[in-house]
Amino acid sequence: MSDAITNILLVGVGGQGILLASEILSEAFMLAGFDVKKSEIHGMSQRGGSVVSHVRYGREVHSPIVPEGEGDILFGFEILETYRSLPLLRKGGTVVANDLRISPPAVLLGQEPYPEDLPEKIRAQFPDFLLMDGQKLAADAGNIRAANTVLLGAVSKRLDIADECWQKALEKMVPSKALDVNLKAFQLGRSL
Amino acid sequence: MKEILSGNEAIARGAFEAGVKVASAYPGTPSTEILENIVNYKEIDSSWAPNEKVALEVAIGASFGGGRAIACMKHVGVNVAADPLFTLSYTGVGGGLVLVVADDPEMHSSQDEQDSRNYARFAKVPMLEPADSQECKDFTRLAFELSEQFDTPVMLRSCTRISHGKSIVALGEPVTGLPTPKLVKNPAKLVMLPGNARVRHPLVEERTVKLGEYGSSAPINRIEMRDTSIGVITAGVSYHYVREVLPQASVLKLGMVYPLPMELIWEFAAKVKTLYVVEELDPFIEEQVKAAGIAVTGKEIISRCGELTPGRLRKAFGIPGAAQATVEKLPGRPPNMCPGCPHRGVFFSLNQLKAYVTGDIGCYTLGFMPPLNAMDTCVCMGASISNASGIVRVLSDDEKKKVVAVIGDSTFLHTGVNSLMEMAYNRAPATVVILDNRITAMTGRQDNPASGWTLMDDQTTGVDLVQLCTALGIRNVRVVDPLDLAQTRAVLQEEMNRPEPSVIITNRPCVLVKRDGVFQKGLVLSVDQDHCTGCKACLKLGCPAIEWQPAPDGKKGKAFIDPQLCNGCDVCRQLCKFDAIGRVQ
Repeated sequence: MSDAITNILLVGVGGQGILLASEILSEAFMLAGFDVKKSEIHGMSQRGGSVVSHVRYGREVHSPIVPEGEGDILFGFEILETYRSLPLLRKGGTVVANDLRISPPAVLLGQEPYPEDLPEKIRAQFPDFLLMDGQKLAADAGNIRAANTVLLGAVSKRLDIADECWQKALEKMVPSKALDVNLKAFQLGRSL
Repeated sequence: MKEILSGNEAIARGAFEAGVKVASAYPGTPSTEILENIVNYKEIDSSWAPNEKVALEVAIGASFGGGRAIACMKHVGVNVAADPLFTLSYTGVGGGLVLVVADDPEMHSSQDEQDSRNYARFAKVPMLEPADSQECKDFTRLAFELSEQFDTPVMLRSCTRISHGKSIVALGEPVTGLPTPKLVKNPAKLVMLPGNARVRHPLVEERTVKLGEYGSSAPINRIEMRDTSIGVITAGVSYHYVREVLPQASVLKLGMVYPLPMELIWEFAAKVKTLYVVEELDPFIEEQVKAAGIAVTGKEIISRCGELTPGRLRKAFGIPGAAQATVEKLPGRPPNMCPGCPHRGVFFSLNQLKAYVTGDIGCYTLGFMPPLNAMDTCVCMGASISNASGIVRVLSDDEKKKVVAVIGDSTFLHTGVNSLMEMAYNRAPATVVILDNRITAMTGRQDNPASGWTLMDDQTTGVDLVQLCTALGIRNVRVVDPLDLAQTRAVLQEEMNRPEPSVIITNRPCVLVKRDGVFQKGLVLSVDQDHCTGCKACLKLGCPAIEWQPAPDGKKGKAFIDPQLCNGCDVCRQLCKFDAIGRVQ
């Protein structure tokens, strides 16, 4: 095993299920035999605020937060939050994001417009960018609520972790009644 | 067996492995999940206390009875629990006692970023500081052993990045063979009258010396020799930032941050060329090292404010960081009250009535945010009522009428009751609104003494807030439906005008309460686009379900309600003068 650390940042809006996704990632990395650390802020961010979760894995991980500008993969649950978080990513890093807009308060109030052309702006700085309609793909898999798992599948494809580790992590972290749909959603994302 | 645990989960596991009998806490970010996980170990009597002082006193009682006990709180909770803590230092313990304190550098969810290590020194009790989840578990176990070995309470200090960070933990088996708790009379040790306390104090001072000696040989404090040109003394999460940013540096990693192992520090200082202390917040270690006459650099390069990050540490040591992408200024995304939150209409009304609002700690502190803009002060738990009681004493009769204190049910029971007692006793003519949403919402929906349920999910007696306020001497206690705007506003106006103390209690539950039947979603609302005139009255509520939709062709825009988000509280419908908002069947 090399000393290299892989840094993943999950970003979005409080209430989007970011913490569960980061827990599934962490579980899979542990099952694959890596050291893992994960960090995020609970509390105020749960009330619809911006959320950033850091997940790092490798032979030995020290800091629980990804050093600024060293993220390898940015996993975005909402497009404005994805764009906002680009400074966390290293040059040449990968962006996998859901094409979803959730208006922040100033936009809801009509004081500011929701920024336009964000996907184009992301691609201009980070050409390795996969933008997906998570909701639509999740609907295809059988449940619109499994959008996060589709995205997770797409992220998994960019990581060198064995299939069985993902399978076991999902089995452990997803409630049994929702497991089938989520496994299907995961495979759908993994095939993209 | 290995698991990925958060620091809080690992502390709970450590308490279980240490054979803890009693656990008590008041919720507070980032400490809350410790008790929420301890309760999963059915062997432990786990409970929420009304406040941190009571939580610590419950733990002290269990310890005096011979059982191991743990009390958990956030940093500011120790301010409330400080009174028993300082005396507990003198009495020592029966069964081991551990006080867990979770600090919040950077104030992710707090009103200040006080450094709890100062309490360890102030109260003369040892403090351990874990650097990851494995140490959270192991140090919790060790803390109980040290507590009994040295006859002292032990503080375990976490911080947001430790409590809410996750890492891999190798689990252990629970201890066996702990003595069975029983009553043992020992008044000379446990009755802190001056005569007894004078005997105990020298023992406390001796204990601190012995703990310092222990620390110089204990494995939790360790020297890691690498390149000798730079030596860093550090502890807690900062240790991992040092390892990340200065991988070649020699490190003295402290697991016990009070008392300091001075012998070990001398030894380390002699081995390295330049010595640094890397610590968040106060120069706690640094000042003691400097006081010993050892040359060291610390706060000259590292801020006393905020948390450390690898980037900030790099900057401190002049190491260039990675190149970062830049983005323009974007609309921020601060937290907001939920759609259908019963607090929203109250703050809207207070804004309309131009009230001067003394605030308190909870979700409702978000009443400060635009467009509600209806909070003028917020100091600490319980302060809203006493601040209002004080402010009316200096105002003209006309201005007195504007003063309204707002406080949640859990915060009221935490430390607001004493404040209301004072207000009634001294007849201060302010209005108090108790925003009773049946839960401790901000920290993640914990039960409290008014909710009727315990942490262990047993049904119990709930405090009757109306009777309590009446018993305290408030003659005017009114209950309002906060989702009825006209009623809420009228009652607020009446009580603000009344030249004597009064209490208004709102009666709608938090929309996030999980218990069946407590919160009932109303019929979802929608905007009739033909009737909407674009007057923006409904937007003044700042509800996340209501969005302004600008018209593309320069015409006036209209409001839109997201049916996925709307909880059907009906408040926006009451505000619409054009009957454009209706319930969807």
